[in-house]
Amino acid sequence: MRSLSIAAPTSPPKRRHLFLTPYLFILPAALLFIVFMLYPLVDAFRISLYDWKIVPGANSPFVGLDNYTRAFQDDVFWIALRNTVLYTVVTVPAQMILAMLVALALDAVPRGRVFFRVLYYLPVITSWVVVSLLFKYMFDSTEAGIINYFFMRIVPVLHEPVPWLREAGPALIAIMALGVWKGIGWSMVIFLAALQGIPHELHEAAMIDGANGWQRFWNVTIPLMRPTIVFVLVLLIIGGFNVFISVYLMTGGNPVHRTETMLTYMYNESFNFLEFGYGAALSYILAAIIFVISFIQLKVLRNPVEV
Amino acid sequence: MPRSARIFSNTLLYTALALGALVMIIPFLYMLSTAFKGQVYVLEVPPSFLPEQPTVQNFIDAWQSNNFSRYFGNSLLVAVATTALSTLVSAMFAYAFARFNFIGKNLLFYAVLLTLMLPNLMLIIPEFILVKNLGLRNNLIGLVIVYLAFSIPLNTFLLRGFFEGLPRELEEAVLIDGGSYWTIFSRIVLPLSTPALATVAIFTFLFAWDEFTWALTAIDDPASRTLPVAIATFQGQHLTQWGLVFAASLIAIAPVILVFITLQRYFIKGLTQGAVRG
Repeated sequence: MRSLSIAAPTSPPKRRHLFLTPYLFILPAALLFIVFMLYPLVDAFRISLYDWKIVPGANSPFVGLDNYTRAFQDDVFWIALRNTVLYTVVTVPAQMILAMLVALALDAVPRGRVFFRVLYYLPVITSWVVVSLLFKYMFDSTEAGIINYFFMRIVPVLHEPVPWLREAGPALIAIMALGVWKGIGWSMVIFLAALQGIPHELHEAAMIDGANGWQRFWNVTIPLMRPTIVFVLVLLIIGGFNVFISVYLMTGGNPVHRTETMLTYMYNESFNFLEFGYGAALSYILAAIIFVISFIQLKVLRNPVEV
Repeated sequence: MPRSARIFSNTLLYTALALGALVMIIPFLYMLSTAFKGQVYVLEVPPSFLPEQPTVQNFIDAWQSNNFSRYFGNSLLVAVATTALSTLVSAMFAYAFARFNFIGKNLLFYAVLLTLMLPNLMLIIPEFILVKNLGLRNNLIGLVIVYLAFSIPLNTFLLRGFFEGLPRELEEAVLIDGGSYWTIFSRIVLPLSTPALATVAIFTFLFAWDEFTWALTAIDDPASRTLPVAIATFQGQHLTQWGLVFAASLIAIAPVILVFITLQRYFIKGLTQGAVRG
């Protein structure tokens, strides 16, 4: 940076040029970011304070926080919140535990890592639309559905076909099964990279000290992977609260709103019932929940000491 | 560990891994086989994995009917435009964060971090109103602009981290020789960052290629549909023609799987970059 401080006083035009340079670099992205990201973010809050009418010329009355209080008195809101929390509480640990097991196994085997990684990662790169339709087909309510067939004939635990997507409980199970199946590969790849970054010496030292595999996992592997685990946990929880496409395409929130999640309810209220003010309030409530949870996790779980 | 014990444990591990992998790919195999089945066999009991009379009719029908080739073209156009523009403007943005001081730098960066955490979908209402007022509904430009805005935060965040790790000496040498910052950026920084740019580009392409909700909301005109919306609508229209739906789905995911298998290391790098460093 020395060259700059020497050159600057002797050439004033260049200095002005240098002053402008950063702004030229940020201009296109900052403009897009501000107009299509920050402005909508603020605008969503403004909309949530109105009984918003999308129809041209219609008057939208200001209603203050009514849309927010309405949510807390709305039964469907609580169903949607409960389903969203349930989805997150079930799918996040399931994904992480299974992904960790696969990553540990792949870290231990001598060959075939790349091959298995591709197979486990395929669901991750496949679009939500395609896998949601695929699971809808697999969870068909008749005996022709492959899941029903499997549990009636191959592993006979069912006596008659389960009407999977027609009833709330089974439908949520199908939706969560999709979430776990699609997500394992993502966490696994990140865990595997972290595992491979752990120096062998540490394991050897622990072995010399007489630690068995289980003890090494808890006392060497887990502490060293802590930042990675926290990162994956935070992102998966955010993702869990954002569950949308699978529910929208598999059940549409039905039967009678019983599989609704926060985002499907927000979307249906906004774009099917044109309740934009209420929809905006619902998205702000969801964003607030996500923000608080992520903030708490980062405060509580992030290891203050660098390893 | 003695040799025999190691062979035993490896066999166990491979068996477990193979079983898990089977669960991962069985749905794909089922989709593949359904796509090659004639309509009569689609919901047969027992369900079968090997179509009795395999046919490519579903693929031909899917491609020819319902403007499918047009949707493919729309998706390709939107994804390529989003990827090229987002990678360029995010790189410029990230470079400014990594190397310059400017008014509002910290504030802007915190705003970027904040939007990384929030669901894009919470913006869908104001975004819809904004795009409607700008007259960009039913227009692929309306898709590209919003995808750009959605992808800029993450791309900027990833590239800023990479740029900060580049040595400054080369850049300073260019300045001493009278080169501008644009020269440094385009001749030195970008070429040195090919792996990071490739990672960002791949993820952006994937995002734009697969995005469903905004495209569903912004586009009513069937001629401007993208693939994900077209496939979902397809399923709604042809309720039980699963062979057709999956043939269309396979056409849509084939390019992604191909790109993934050839450019795997960039995918992995993109995933693990922010993560492992904590």
